[in-house]
Amino acid sequence: MPDIKAGRLDGGSLSDNFSDMLPGFARNEARVAAERCLFCHDAPCVKACPTSIDIPLFIRQIAAQNPIGAARTILDQNIMGAMCARVCPTENLCEGVCVREVSEGKAIEIGRLQRYATDAAFDAGRQFYSAGASTGRSVAVVGAGPAGLACAHKLATLGHAVTVFEARDKAGGLNEFGIAAYKATHDIAQREVDYIMAVGNITIEHGKRLGRDITVAGLRREFDAVFLAMGLGETNDLGLGDEPAGVLDAVDYIAALRQAPDKAALPVGRRVVVIGGGMTAIDIATQTRKLGAAEVTIVYRRGKEQMSASPYEQDVAQTHGVTIRHWMRPVRLHAQAGALSGVDLEYTRLEEGKLVGTGEIVTMPCDQVFKAIGQVFVPADIADAGAGITMQSGRILIDAERRTSWAGVWAGGDCVAGGQDLTVTAVEDGKQAALSIDRTLRGTAAQAAE
Amino acid sequence: MADLSVNFAGIRAPNPFWLASAPPTDKEYNVVRAFKAGWGGVVWKTLGEEGPPIVNVSGPRYGAMHASDRRVIGFNNIELITDRPLQVNLEEIKRVKKEWPDRAMVVSLMVPCDEESWKKILQRVEWTECDGVELNFGCPHGMSERGMGAAVGQVPEYVEMVTRWCKQHTRMPVIVKLTPNVGNILRPAEAAVKGGADAVSLINTVNSMMGVDLDAMSPWPHVGGKGTHGGMCGPVVKPIALNMVAEIARTPATRTPATRGIAMSGIGGIESWKDAAEYMALGCGTVQVCTAAMVYGFKIVEEMKAGLSDWMDTKGYRTIEDFRGMAAPKVTDWQHLNLDYVVKAHIDQDLCISCGRCHIACEDTSHQAITNLVNGVRRFEVIEEECVGCNLCAVVCPVENCITMVEMTEGVDPRTGIAVGGHRTWMEHPNNPMARNPQAAGVAGTVAEPAE
Ligand SMILES: Cc1cc2nc3c(=O)[nH]c(=O)nc-3n(C[C@H](O)[C@H](O)[C@H](O)COP(=O)(O)OP(=O)(O)OC[C@H]3O[C@@H](n4cnc5c(N)ncnc54)[C@H](O)[C@@H]3O)c2cc1C
Ligand SMILES: Cc1cc2nc3c(=O)[nH]c(=O)nc-3n(C[C@H](O)[C@H](O)[C@H](O)COP(=O)(O)O)c2cc1C
Ligand code: SF4
Ligand code: SF4
Repeated sequence: MPDIKAGRLDGGSLSDNFSDMLPGFARNEARVAAERCLFCHDAPCVKACPTSIDIPLFIRQIAAQNPIGAARTILDQNIMGAMCARVCPTENLCEGVCVREVSEGKAIEIGRLQRYATDAAFDAGRQFYSAGASTGRSVAVVGAGPAGLACAHKLATLGHAVTVFEARDKAGGLNEFGIAAYKATHDIAQREVDYIMAVGNITIEHGKRLGRDITVAGLRREFDAVFLAMGLGETNDLGLGDEPAGVLDAVDYIAALRQAPDKAALPVGRRVVVIGGGMTAIDIATQTRKLGAAEVTIVYRRGKEQMSASPYEQDVAQTHGVTIRHWMRPVRLHAQAGALSGVDLEYTRLEEGKLVGTGEIVTMPCDQVFKAIGQVFVPADIADAGAGITMQSGRILIDAERRTSWAGVWAGGDCVAGGQDLTVTAVEDGKQAALSIDRTLRGTAAQAAE
Repeated sequence: MADLSVNFAGIRAPNPFWLASAPPTDKEYNVVRAFKAGWGGVVWKTLGEEGPPIVNVSGPRYGAMHASDRRVIGFNNIELITDRPLQVNLEEIKRVKKEWPDRAMVVSLMVPCDEESWKKILQRVEWTECDGVELNFGCPHGMSERGMGAAVGQVPEYVEMVTRWCKQHTRMPVIVKLTPNVGNILRPAEAAVKGGADAVSLINTVNSMMGVDLDAMSPWPHVGGKGTHGGMCGPVVKPIALNMVAEIARTPATRTPATRGIAMSGIGGIESWKDAAEYMALGCGTVQVCTAAMVYGFKIVEEMKAGLSDWMDTKGYRTIEDFRGMAAPKVTDWQHLNLDYVVKAHIDQDLCISCGRCHIACEDTSHQAITNLVNGVRRFEVIEEECVGCNLCAVVCPVENCITMVEMTEGVDPRTGIAVGGHRTWMEHPNNPMARNPQAAGVAGTVAEPAE
C-alpha cells in the first residue's frame, strides 16, 4: 500500500521548515554588506537586472542610512522589487556579474539588500506613487500576476483607467500560488498586491476568465488597449497513459501548499519522485522534504548543466536532502489496486545531439510522483482571436515593445514566446508594455485633437 | 517634497550641492558633465593671473590613505592651480554659465598680493557673467611658497586687505575660502568679515604627508625620489572642518543675529546627504565636494539630493533654512558642560559576541569597569561602581548598538555617591577655586548657562 499521509511533522518543525530560508538583514549586516559595493561605473549588475534597477545608487542610499530612499530607487524600476528580492535567481542575474563576484567569488548581496530596503518602506507604510491625471483612456489587463499587475500599476500612474480581469478569486498570480512558501513569508505577495492597488485607478474583476467569460475581441471593442498576461495554464503531460492515484501536478500541489493555513493537513508520500529540471521541480522536491517525506528524488532526463534550475537552486534542494538523478526518464508507472507503487526509469544519453534511451531500466518504488516538466499556454483562452494573434512555439509572439500581431493588443510574462519565465522578466514586460501603450494612446490622442 | 533650492550670499542654485574648486571643475567638459549629473553649482578650479601657464609635476601628484577594505578615507595632493591659459578658462566659464543659467557658477581666484593684480583679474572674470568669486587663501603647497594661497590665508591682516580690495573692485559676491592650517580659525574668519566678505567657505586642505617609502627612504608618494608635503582632504578631515565651522557659527564676531552668522559653505569629507546635513545643522547654507566626486564620480549627487530631501520630509523641514544652524547654539565651552550629568555603559547581552574588546580596553587603559568572567564563565558586564561613562567601550565594540551609554535619571551614582539630577558646571563646582557660586554635591541645581 502506498504510504501517503498528512501530519508527518509536528507544527513546530513545520513552522521552522517554512519560515524564511534566508532571513532579512539586520541593520548592521545591511550596512556592512552595502559598504562593500564599489559604486561601479556603468555597472554590470544594472545591465543584468531585467528591470534595470539602479543598483549602485540604491546600495549607496542604504549605506547612507536612507533605506526608504533606496526603496524608491528600486520600486521606480520594479514595482515588485520586494518579491523579486526574494525570488530572483540572482546568481544568474545581477549578482552573477557583480565585479566582486567575478574578482573575488563573493558578490554583493544585492537581493538581500533589495529586500532590506523594500521591507523598510513597506514596514513604514511609505507609498511613493499615486494615480496620474486622468487621460480618459481605459485599458484591459488579463491576469493579475506579476506581468499584469506591473502593467496596471504603471498605466495607472500614467493616468489611464485600468480594469484587470482575473480568473482566480485572489490576485498575485504565481507570486501567490507558485513561489516556494519559504521564499514568500510574512504574506509578502498580498502586501505587494495591496501596495500596487493603493495607487488607485485599478479595478480587479475576479472570476472573469478570458475565453470563457470574455473575449479578446470584446475587450478590444470596450477598451482602448488590451494587455494579455495569463501566464501558463496547463502542465505538460508525462505521456505514459492513464495515471494512477499518487501522480500529481506539482504546480497544483504547490498552490494548495501556499494556500493551506495548516501545512500539516497536506498528505505527502514517504518516498517521492519528482520529474523535471526546473524551478518547479526544485520547489516541489524541497517542500515535500520540508513536509516530512523521507526520500525525495528528482529525475531529470539530461545533465546537471542543462537543468534550468540554477546551481544555487540545485544546492538548496540537495542540502535539504533531495537526491538529484540525471540522464534518466520515466517510461512506465506501476500501480497496485489503482494506486501508484513505483516508476520505471530508463537511462538516457545524447546521440548526435539527440536524446535517446539506452534501454537500460531501473524501477524506483515510490508513493507519489510529481510532474514538473513545464507548463504550457492554453490556446483556448485566445481562441476568438484566431489567426489575428501570431503564435510561436505555442506562445504569443511579441515585438520589443511587447506588441502582439493584433493592433491594440499587447502581451507579456510567461504567456509570450522567448521569455525566461521569471517574476522579474514578467514585471519588465508589464512595465514596457505599459510605456508602449501609453505612447500609443497619447499619440492617437494627439492625432484626434488635430 | 522638500525644496532644496538655495540663495547663498545672493547666489541662487537649485540645490546646495556644489563641486569645490579642484580638478572636477577644471574644464568645460567636466563641469558640463557635473551639471548634467545634477550638481547645483561649481566653484571653478582656481585661476591665476595672465602669463605663462602654471606647470604641474608629471610625477604622482595624489596620494591616499585607505581603510582596510581600500576605501579611500583620506586623499592628498600637491597640485597647483589651473595649468590652462586664463583666456581659455574664461571663455569656457562664460559659455557654460550661459548654457546652464540656473546653476551657481563661482570662480576661484589666486593672484599675487597686490591690489592691481586683484583688480585686473576681477575685471577679466566679470566678463564671464559668473555669479561670484571665491578667494583661494588656502592652498597649502606650492603656491604658498610663492606668497599666495595659505601664505595669505594664515595672516589675518592680508585676508582682510585682499577681501576689501575685492569688494571694492567687483559687484559680485565675494566668498573667502579659509585654510585650516592656522592656530585659530576665528582670526582669518573675523578678518574676512571685517574685509566685507559675503561668505566664507571652509576648509581647504590640511598640511600632510601620507607616508614614508621605506625602500626609497623618501616621502610617499615621491617625485623622482623627493617628496613635499601636500594638502589632505576626504572623510578624515571632516571632523576638523566641522569644528572650525562650529567655532565660526558660535562666535559673536562672526555671527550677526540677522543672518544667523556670516554665510558659510561647508567643505571637507562630504560623501553623503548626512555629511552635508551635519554641516548645514551647524550653519552652512551650501556644501562643496571634491574628494568624493574624484573617487566615485558625479553620480553620487543623486544619493545626496534624494537623501537630504527624504530626511527633510521625515523631519517636516520644507527648506534648508528651516533647520540651518539649529545645532550651533548647542556648541559650547567645556566649562559650561553639566558635570552632574551621568551615563553608564550598558551591554546588550543578546547582541554581545564576546570578543572581549570592551573589557581589555577598559581594563588596560581606563577604569577597570567591565568584567571578563562572571562565576567563572566568560561574560562581559559593566561594573557601575567603576564606570565613568567615558564611551570607550562603545567605541571599540564591533557590534553597532551593542554597548550604549544610558543616562541615569534618578538615584545616586554608585561611583561617586552623588545624587543624580543636579546641574553644576565647572563654574559652580566647589573644586574650582574660581567658582562664582560654588554648589555642594547632590543639590539639584537650576543654574542656567550664562548668556554669551
Ligand atoms: C513553482 C514555481 C516556482 C517558481 N519560482 C520562481 C522563482 O523562484 N523565481 C522566479 O523569478 N520565478 C519563479 N517562477 C516563475 C514565475 O512565477 C513566473 O515567471 C511569473 O509568475 C510569471 O508571471 P505572469 O504574470 O506572466 O503569470 P502568472 O504569475 O502565472 O499570472 C497569471 C495570472 O493570470 C490568471 N489567468 C490565467 N488564465 C487566465 C484567463 N484565461 N483569464 C483571466 N485570468 C487568467 C492567473 O490566475 C494568474 O493570476 C516559478 C514558477 C513556478 C510555477
Ligand atoms: C587635487 C585637488 C586639487 C585642489 N585644487 C584646489 C584649487 O585649485 N583651489 C582650491 O580652492 N581648492 C583646491 N582643492 C581643495 C578642495 O577644493 C577642497 O577644499 C578640499 O579637497 C576638501 O574637500 P573634500 O574633502 O571634499 O575633498 C583641491 C583639492 C584636491 C584634492
Ligand atoms: S530585481 Fe532581481 S535581478 Fe534585478 S536587482 Fe533585484 S534581485 Fe537583482
Ligand atoms: S557590480 Fe557589484 S560592486 Fe559593482 S555596483 Fe554592482 S553590486 Fe556594486
